Amino acid sequence: MPVRDYIRERFFPHLWCPGCGHGIVMNALIRAVESLGLSKNEIVMVSGIGCSARISGYLDFHTLHTIHGRALAFATGVKLGLPGLNILVPMGDGDALAIGGNHFIHAARRNIEITAIIMNNRIYGMTGGQFSPLSGYGTRATTAPYTNIDHAFDVVTLSLAAGATFVARTTTYHVQQMIDFFKKAILHEGFSVVEVLSQCPTYFGRKNKMGSAAEMMAYFRDHTTPIGSKAKKENPDLIERGIFVHKELPEYCREYDKVIERAMGKGK
Amino acid sequence: MAKPKLKEHRIRMDWCKGCGICVAFCPKSVLELDAQDKVSVARAEDCICCRLCELRCPDMAIEVVVEQEGLQ
Repeated sequence: MPVRDYIRERFFPHLWCPGCGHGIVMNALIRAVESLGLSKNEIVMVSGIGCSARISGYLDFHTLHTIHGRALAFATGVKLGLPGLNILVPMGDGDALAIGGNHFIHAARRNIEITAIIMNNRIYGMTGGQFSPLSGYGTRATTAPYTNIDHAFDVVTLSLAAGATFVARTTTYHVQQMIDFFKKAILHEGFSVVEVLSQCPTYFGRKNKMGSAAEMMAYFRDHTTPIGSKAKKENPDLIERGIFVHKELPEYCREYDKVIERAMGKGK
Repeated sequence: MAKPKLKEHRIRMDWCKGCGICVAFCPKSVLELDAQDKVSVARAEDCICCRLCELRCPDMAIEVVVEQEGLQ
């Protein structure tokens, strides 16, 4: 199916800024869905609030644009009600890990079959460039003009500790890898997290003098490395890209069905 | 499989915001920004149809259309 059939053209051009990485994530997600041959009717996209959450308006799946940080709670409800559907939950870094931090760790702990995509641009873009829990120590934001003193979460180690059974990280520069990870995450039977380092040239880039969108993507190219590479040993500051965990554990909806069976058996 | 042959770059001018990502990362420097800061095809003959411009476009404004060889 042509890529344009997956979008709601009436909302284009979209309102994301020129060079916004979220558009690249959307582009890659469409190509992953297209190459898996999934029907639009098999997919439910649930988003929260923020620049990232606009994606659910632009894509022509079943879509829910819900409340800030609670996309995973709504998604859990949808999945338990209709376990046959594929649930995609794109979130911003603030939406997923500040406002929705608790929903995030508990969805991961339950291992419910949901694909969580964290579009990490390290800033709250929609509200004017406030620092987020992913901005990191020493960065600048509208609310940190004298540099940020908060340390950042590491999305990968947080997800691993919370119990996610598929965890991957890539960037908007590495589009082919991003498409591949999205495909694997969608097919994975369990809670999957894909962190995509995404650029916000309007706020994070401008406040931290990182240049244009293309220069920010070149930064991702030059400051990331495949997991366990020689370059990482030589320069520990590089950010690792790749699949950190991909394992099978009992999935929540299937386990819930077993509980129903046990309860029905007991009643007889 | 034969090398894909370029037919055209299909560009949605009203969707292009001129961010320059496609221009910056084209391995063959096929693309440029025009006077209106929109993408334009400067050296179509150098295009190797890698589609990286299409995949990296945040605005879904560019598509690489290849010639159908008529084999299938």
